[in-house]
Amino acid sequence: MSMDLPRRQFDTLVIGAGGGGLRAALQLAQADANVAVVSKVFPTRSHTVAAQGGINAALANVLPDNWHWHMYDTIKGSDYLGDQDAIEYMCRAASHLVVELEHAGVPFSRLDNGKIYQRPFGGQSQNFGGEQAARTCAAADRTGHVILHTLYQQNIRAKTHFFDEYFAIDLIRDDNGFILGVLVLEIETGEPLLIEAKTTLLATGGAGQLFRTNTNAHINTGDGLAMALRAGIPLQDMEFFQFHPTGVAGRGMLITEGARGEGGYLINKDGERFMERYAPHAKDLASRDVVSRAIFTEVKEGRGCGPDADYVLLKLDHLGKEVLDKRLPGICETSRTFLHIEPAEEPIPVYPTAHYTMGGIPTNRFGQVVVPVEQGEECIPGLYAVGECACVSVHGANRLGGNSLLDIVVFGRAAGNDIIQFLKNNRYHRKIDENSVQAALDHLHRWDKKDEGESVAGIRTDLQAVMEEYCGVFRTEEILKQGLEKVLEIEKRMEHVRLKDHSKIFNTARIEALEVENLLDLAVATVTSALARQESRGAHSRIDYPDRNDKQWLKHSLFFKEGRRLDYKPVTLQPLSVETFPPKPRVY
Amino acid sequence: MNTTTTFKPAQTDLPPEQELARLRWQCRRGMLELDTMLGSFLDKCFSQLTDKEKSAFYTLLNYPDQLLLEHLMGRTLPLDKDVAHVAKKIQAAAGP
Repeated sequence: MSMDLPRRQFDTLVIGAGGGGLRAALQLAQADANVAVVSKVFPTRSHTVAAQGGINAALANVLPDNWHWHMYDTIKGSDYLGDQDAIEYMCRAASHLVVELEHAGVPFSRLDNGKIYQRPFGGQSQNFGGEQAARTCAAADRTGHVILHTLYQQNIRAKTHFFDEYFAIDLIRDDNGFILGVLVLEIETGEPLLIEAKTTLLATGGAGQLFRTNTNAHINTGDGLAMALRAGIPLQDMEFFQFHPTGVAGRGMLITEGARGEGGYLINKDGERFMERYAPHAKDLASRDVVSRAIFTEVKEGRGCGPDADYVLLKLDHLGKEVLDKRLPGICETSRTFLHIEPAEEPIPVYPTAHYTMGGIPTNRFGQVVVPVEQGEECIPGLYAVGECACVSVHGANRLGGNSLLDIVVFGRAAGNDIIQFLKNNRYHRKIDENSVQAALDHLHRWDKKDEGESVAGIRTDLQAVMEEYCGVFRTEEILKQGLEKVLEIEKRMEHVRLKDHSKIFNTARIEALEVENLLDLAVATVTSALARQESRGAHSRIDYPDRNDKQWLKHSLFFKEGRRLDYKPVTLQPLSVETFPPKPRVY
Repeated sequence: MNTTTTFKPAQTDLPPEQELARLRWQCRRGMLELDTMLGSFLDKCFSQLTDKEKSAFYTLLNYPDQLLLEHLMGRTLPLDKDVAHVAKKIQAAAGP
């Protein structure tokens, strides 16, 4: 019963120890708030560690630049679905926050003159669409790693309390709508713990594990998004998921576009250079969505390679070993390690791979979670979200490289600042709603049932395959309808899933079951939102509605779990201090 | 710029099944490449390791993710020769 539960109290509880959660926690701990961070893995094993590219800021260290150009590029990159107030806020704050990171100990790479090194990335321009800009600050190829480790160390110094290897089950909410904390599970002991908090920040990252082929760590199961859904909060713009055309088939690891840029090309089982049919001019260098759909079509129409005809081949051998080792060492390494293939001798099996969740928990630029009411929207008191699990929305329909690390530090800090104000006005813990605690416990104890049933692993595999096939890069009304039916069938099967292992200590099967439950909720949200949006915008590409339709669809989707209901809200086109950037065709 | 993860002793006194479950969770990392390599090594090879190799595997698991990636992808060689030997084994087991 809930009364027997061990309980702890903090001013603020942060769920997730990636860059967003740790940046917010640091802001709070430095302001003497009593802050706890819950992480299902050891904090420096969070997915931020994998971000290699860098962090955008218009420092103008290499080429002329300013935050207004960065803002324009981000809005254009978002296919005009990004909220312009949040984007202005982020781009204006970027330079200051990069310098702040440097002062906190992030060892950025340097130019000869001692300034922070900046590299050019796709989608960056000078003077609103002019020459290429160089805006991405990098610490070699391990920017995410150094940011994460720096923030972790600073948090240790600031005396942030860490609950390592605890899994968050559900938000605790009272009848007035206040979020009062979270029920968590200690993975080592299998025992639940109630953490009461005046404010809760969700920073649990994305949900790449929705798809069979993805670039994400296994921990990216969208736990915070699903917790929000279960608490009655809608998810915004879930139909927008960024894919890369070439991941290692069946494994997911990214094979960069550089491979095709250097002269590599794709072939089907007949050895045909099929991109010539889909994009006669650009061929293998056509945009990501075109190449992704072409690969899908080749496989779908029976021209895939391998025993199951489920991938195509990336041919690089004609470039020669010397060129490959010099210009594409990472690809050679990935190929040798995971496929035991030498790219100078054999082509690499590839398939589109899911990479980044643009949608998420709707927030404003202060990190407050917001929901629609009759007139406009209102904040959920005590609840915040930042990073990939949130939708603020700075990425809109498509995220630019280098903007994800920026997003987490800018809005992590902003949320921290807003929480400090909230704590000043809310000095005492509210009374815990025991019914809400009991509901969270019931959710957890559902996995104690001991009769016969299906396995969790089977559900996960089937769900990922259905999402890839029916809600991946090739979307039509018919395909998405089939996808929704199939996901709902899996949802029904989930009711009959049982665990074989009911032990408590490090029962990873139970954690995996809770993760699959989360993924399933997100799959329903994603397919439903994708089916409803009858246009192509950014990463959401509909064959039956190939054009962007600003008249009807320049709006954010909001998916509610109850009744699988969709609502919409307008995109904020009014920035904070400058003129709006009206939607234009997105041409590069 | 690496934070050493000294959050658990190298070996615990858990029964073997629970110890394996604990190790499985330690193989959950921030990168797909590491998840894939460590997970498949644990499933395919861990039970056949000698005690010395197991001990080296524990050491390796306490490395930060980027360093671990460099060792397991063969970009750098661990200084400890026992750890280097296990890193090679993990790399060999990562294939199809």
